Amino acid sequence: MDPLSFFSQARAFIVTGKGGVGKTTLSGVMANLAARQGLRALIVQLGIPGARREAEPAYLSHLFGWPENLSYQQVRLRPGGTGGGEVSARALRPDTALVEYLHLHGMKRLSHRLVSSGALDIVATAVPGMPDMLVLGKLKQMERAAAAGQADAPDVILLDAPAAGHAVRFLQSPHGLLDAAGGGPVRAQAEEVVEMLADPARCQVVLVTTPEETPVSETIETAALLEDRVGIKLCAVVVNGRFPVLSLPPPMSAAELCDRAAAAGVKLSPPEAESLVAAAELRLQRQESQAVQVARLAAELPLPQLELPFCFSAELGPEQLDDLTDALARALTNWVPVSA
Amino acid sequence: MSDDLIAGEAPTPAEAAPAPTTGPATGSGSAEGEVVVCMGPGGVGKTTTAAALALRGALAGRRACVVTIDPARRLADALGISGVGNEPRRVAPPAGEDPWPGELWAVMLDAQSTFDDLVGRYATSEDQARAILENPVYRNMSGALSGTQEYMAVEKLYELQESGDYDLIVVDTPPAQHALDFLEAPKHLARLLDNRVFRLLMVPTRVGLKALEIGAHVMLRTIAKVAGGQVVSDTVQFFTQFEGMEEGFRARAKRADELLHSPTTSFALVCSPRRDTVEEALYLGGQLAQAGVNPTLVVVNRCHPRYVQVAPASAERLAGTPLAPLVANLEQLRMVAVKEEEQLARVSAALPEARLCRVPFLAREVSDLGALAEVAASLGA
Repeated sequence: MDPLSFFSQARAFIVTGKGGVGKTTLSGVMANLAARQGLRALIVQLGIPGARREAEPAYLSHLFGWPENLSYQQVRLRPGGTGGGEVSARALRPDTALVEYLHLHGMKRLSHRLVSSGALDIVATAVPGMPDMLVLGKLKQMERAAAAGQADAPDVILLDAPAAGHAVRFLQSPHGLLDAAGGGPVRAQAEEVVEMLADPARCQVVLVTTPEETPVSETIETAALLEDRVGIKLCAVVVNGRFPVLSLPPPMSAAELCDRAAAAGVKLSPPEAESLVAAAELRLQRQESQAVQVARLAAELPLPQLELPFCFSAELGPEQLDDLTDALARALTNWVPVSA
Repeated sequence: MSDDLIAGEAPTPAEAAPAPTTGPATGSGSAEGEVVVCMGPGGVGKTTTAAALALRGALAGRRACVVTIDPARRLADALGISGVGNEPRRVAPPAGEDPWPGELWAVMLDAQSTFDDLVGRYATSEDQARAILENPVYRNMSGALSGTQEYMAVEKLYELQESGDYDLIVVDTPPAQHALDFLEAPKHLARLLDNRVFRLLMVPTRVGLKALEIGAHVMLRTIAKVAGGQVVSDTVQFFTQFEGMEEGFRARAKRADELLHSPTTSFALVCSPRRDTVEEALYLGGQLAQAGVNPTLVVVNRCHPRYVQVAPASAERLAGTPLAPLVANLEQLRMVAVKEEEQLARVSAALPEARLCRVPFLAREVSDLGALAEVAASLGA
């Protein structure tokens, strides 16, 4: 599949996986790849509920070499290339989404008082899915704008969603609200969000995991929950951080290695030989256990798998972003979509 | 909803914060009722670290209990707490091994039942308890309100501490970017109850409050417009039902808060040697310091070994031989290790008072007591 066809599957891609497996990295890599196809990609990050402003996500900024943390204000992380594609990003927070929502619904005068008095807590307390739903409502609004081809609307939206367990609750929030909220605009909003989540032409989920036991297990569980409880289409699972396979010679002792090196005219010090042997052992173990987990994932989760390699080089920055984007493009080229 | 919204006012810094505590988070000393709170971002092995710290205590002859929030299934299996919520279970050493000098207990937090127990404890009558437990606002609040899990973790900790059954309690916390969510958890509900709007709802009509009341009602009407009228009536009913219980809740929250700030309570930060998790952990550390509770232990999980570099001349001569991949591999892994050292150095520089523990990258998943013992061993001073 070519990248352009991949991104034309839906307008919004919701990226989720266990904490620490690379959700934000993948969101950035997908957006970068979309931009290379001439698409305007928007990454949406979530201000964690409870977040204070200075704690807004910084990781995505590192990845793109952007000097500041993200805010509600949209910024262009990577300007358009030749094809006019670009990567923008913004953070969404439930409270700011609510204020915006109230403004749009003619309750401007009250919105600030509602926030400052803490009366909003009543809503949040009484209707727990509310903050999540407000964020999804905002996502839906952006998706609609994209669908309508509005001038400033993105072509592709990447939602850097909450960690796996939380993601199910997050995406279930509008369903919960349909049961809880008696009526009014919130219910209408929830209905529209449910509609969006159920429509694979509008949004799909991309799962991400590392090739390790616990993340793979959680990914399999999350996939089932998302399909059963949210009814959202799962598009692919990305295996992040897989070690490129090196064909190493069979395990040997440090002494043996010294002998073999000597035969090649090289004198290795004992610490050198020990490091070489230990590193090889670690690599082989890792390659083996990763292969086991990748196979288990394939067996238990019938979704197309895309692999991103482990980056040895350094902390992830713009250079690694481009390398990973190349890798994702290659993985997509080799990907034959499976029929459901 | 964000914590500051729930507060309805700016969060107050911890009152009368004690002097920062220093010293090891877990010594083999016999201080009674020591508490260690593990904090850190998601996916860095926080639960495993908490369990290993408790196991360390048991190995040192202490009665140790670990409170876990959301253990991976195999770790839960290893601890014997899969599917068993809220009651501490005694963990036995692996078959064939000598008994531990102390005891290891594990409990998996069930936030909902903990909250229900709390309501049961402070309700003035069974009818009141039942009415609250059945109220939809309560069900929602106890199940999903952000911060409830943190609050209940503190509550569980307090309950275990009060029991006097343990010399060491290690608490895992929900993944957080905000230490204050946990530190201030006990005040959370108290603040909710203090909220101006709620108070107005509960104050009997008095002439002097008329204007304010009308203000409140305008807001209620707005809320009803946004979320539906049922929400408002359920909420009013909930707060009416809660009447008479706030004092008990508030007093308990205060005692739990005191426990978190007690000199026998220490904080451990857990991260992995990667820039993102280190930054999150240091941010948490900064918040803790502001609240007057400096972390005494930093656990960095999954560290690669410090490899030796092969002399460039030797590496060059091995190129093209069957041994070349060994050199390439060492270089790759060494590069990872070097980057990790930079992160570890940042941690040391930012938290010079804290003890830094490197836990090596283990080839296998920490999913049995043997592997947990390996982690425990690397947590030594």
